[in-house]
Amino acid sequence: MAGGVRLARLAPPLTLAILLGPLAFGLAGTALPAFGYLPELGGERFTTEHFSALGQVPGIMRSAALSILIGLVTTLVSLGAVAAFVASDLGTPGFARMRRMISPLLSVPHAAAAFGLAFLIAPSGMLMRLVSPWLTGLDRPPDLLIVNDPMALSMMAGLIVKEIPFLFLVTLAALPQTRHVETMRLGRSLGYGRIASFTILLWPPLYRQIRLAVFAVVAYASSVVDVALILGPHLPPTLPVRLIDWMNDPDLETRFLASAGAVLQLGVTLTALVAWIGLERIGALLVCSSRQAGRRWRRDIVLRAAARGVMAASAAIVFGGIAVLALWSVSGLWQFPDALPASFSLRSWMQALPRMSGPLATTLAVAGLSTLIALTLTILCLEREYETGRGRGGSALLLIYLPLIVPQISFMFGLQVLSIWLGVDASFSALVLAHLVFVLPYVFLSLSDPWRAHDRRHDLIAAGLGMSRTRTLIAIRLPMLTRAILTAAAVGFSVSVGQYLPTVLIGAGRLTTVTTEAVALAAGGNRRVIGVYAFMQTLLPFLAFSIATGLPGLLFRNRRGLRV
Amino acid sequence: MTVDSVTDNQGLRLERVHICLGDRVLVMLDATVQRGETLTVMGPSGSGKSTLLAYLGGFLDPVFTANGRVIVDGVDLTKLEADKRHAGILFQDPLLFPHLSVADNIAIAIPEDVKGRKQRRQVAEAALEDAGLGEFGDRDPDTLSGGQKARVALQRVLVSRPRLLLLDEPFSKLDANLRDQTRQLVFDRARRAGLPVVLVTHDEDDARAAGGQVHKVDPA
Repeated sequence: MAGGVRLARLAPPLTLAILLGPLAFGLAGTALPAFGYLPELGGERFTTEHFSALGQVPGIMRSAALSILIGLVTTLVSLGAVAAFVASDLGTPGFARMRRMISPLLSVPHAAAAFGLAFLIAPSGMLMRLVSPWLTGLDRPPDLLIVNDPMALSMMAGLIVKEIPFLFLVTLAALPQTRHVETMRLGRSLGYGRIASFTILLWPPLYRQIRLAVFAVVAYASSVVDVALILGPHLPPTLPVRLIDWMNDPDLETRFLASAGAVLQLGVTLTALVAWIGLERIGALLVCSSRQAGRRWRRDIVLRAAARGVMAASAAIVFGGIAVLALWSVSGLWQFPDALPASFSLRSWMQALPRMSGPLATTLAVAGLSTLIALTLTILCLEREYETGRGRGGSALLLIYLPLIVPQISFMFGLQVLSIWLGVDASFSALVLAHLVFVLPYVFLSLSDPWRAHDRRHDLIAAGLGMSRTRTLIAIRLPMLTRAILTAAAVGFSVSVGQYLPTVLIGAGRLTTVTTEAVALAAGGNRRVIGVYAFMQTLLPFLAFSIATGLPGLLFRNRRGLRV
Repeated sequence: MTVDSVTDNQGLRLERVHICLGDRVLVMLDATVQRGETLTVMGPSGSGKSTLLAYLGGFLDPVFTANGRVIVDGVDLTKLEADKRHAGILFQDPLLFPHLSVADNIAIAIPEDVKGRKQRRQVAEAALEDAGLGEFGDRDPDTLSGGQKARVALQRVLVSRPRLLLLDEPFSKLDANLRDQTRQLVFDRARRAGLPVVLVTHDEDDARAAGGQVHKVDPA
């Protein structure tokens, strides 16, 4: 088909440029100063002295090692819980219930979930209040370092509760491409336990499909900034937090150190990924040897209960955390160990709202615009793919995942340098572009499956009726895919709302969003104000998803064929 | 007779059509189908008979290679894109557009030279009336019965004024009694509209009801 939608031809190259351009330029903009080249700051010649300086920074190796560990543990626990739960409960009513409960968690921004967790588990947090003083005998918060613990346990917990919904939904999306019902029955009829049937028969093809998403989790957890600022250890902090400190240092010389650190971060994430591939190999060997020994693993009840427990706990923590955030935002006097505030007041909201209106407007504008651009490009790319029958291969998928696997901080540093050099730092368009790098992959991943699953024969009929591709797209395909398109838009919107690092670096402190303001409050510890901001941060994606689920039902209330 | 039809250029002419997958020949066909007549292509599933319809409709997957020409009423379709061919198709499923009302399903197929909202609506209503579905214009297509849906799909393709009609086992999912009825209706309307029809099926009854020439495709 030579005709087709004319604009669609431009979409794939443009999309690739948006995904890979910032990545390439950003990495270059990080690497050059790391090796001493940044003429604006007097760096005229290449040198490795900044790396030697980096090596002398006290505790730097511990920070780096901690980041690797966090990446691996977070991924292992969340993936293990998801896999064991799917193995254990696939096809049961409990599974459907968990699916409904977990799915909305995906839209909760990482920072809000982290604040929620902190409000629950801190020494003066909700959990301690619920058991005090009747159980603990405490009438003042115990002197314990729970949040910001040096082992980063609370940080890992904060990441795990957010990665579980992500990996769960990715796994659910891959499941229909396997014959899971028959396969599980077959395994069970051969005498294998549920978890063994799943692990031996279903997991290998399933894991192959979700592998890039798992890599993205490893990379994200090993390089995350906002969650680390809220829950992570202080002495020393994880590597990304130290990099941000250096980046914000008034002494501009420290930028060289920060850039060298960002290159180290690239190595840290790469090491975590290589270690993960090692873990994959070990896992495969274990599965293989168990299979060859013919072990049936019929008694898997403990593991199944544990998986259910972790899944339920992750949902409970996020929901509970948000509830506590909301409670704090409207609390008056609330002393320890009272489980509820002595009085309620809207004062925190009244005080915060006028100051929040600017960041809120920026949040909405950046999220709205980046989502709109991402959606348009995605639709045109998918249309092009439909017309040419090309582009759904593995390498295309890797390119889409690349901005999610390369650590944000390693190329956002360079982008900031570049944006200052071009004089577009703190400009609205640069911020939209920076968000687009992360919004676009998620919108594409969200929309591509329903798009490809759409019955082609509708398009063939339309062509037979003499409708052009453009008209078919507008009159048939887009309306029929309204639900999927709005869901993809809500995903994109949430991703943009949750972006911390790109906003801080490209917005340069002059363009702020609800998320950057919320994370900036972490150090202050004013729970009421944090409650207001973090709750607002949760509310925006929630509203987007409510519209995405509610609107199609309203638009097509008389169309039975479009109901879910 | 055949000579006449070629000289006056009426009907569908399939000129040495070859469709291959790699070096395997799936379809080899040379035929003339008069206006109002049906060419039935028979063969078991997987024999490539649906590939022939994709070729005629203009949406053959690029993994196949095709040679030959398709000419309708003197117009060579072979190089035209799918939406310029005006090759109407009916599939096994009626595939009404689920977001449009029954009348809009038909209205969307009316050619652009019928101008004005009101007039297009009238054409659609008339087509529904013709199918005995005059009351159903505002209905949700999903609330129609299987037979009603099939009739709407037929009217939809007819109002688009196609040059030819392609049928991809369109009766195979209908109940036995409904099948006869629908079959009669489709062939009757195609004859009335003077459309050359290509029917792909594995049902001998379809071929008998169509009454035209039959081409058998070998199993793969």
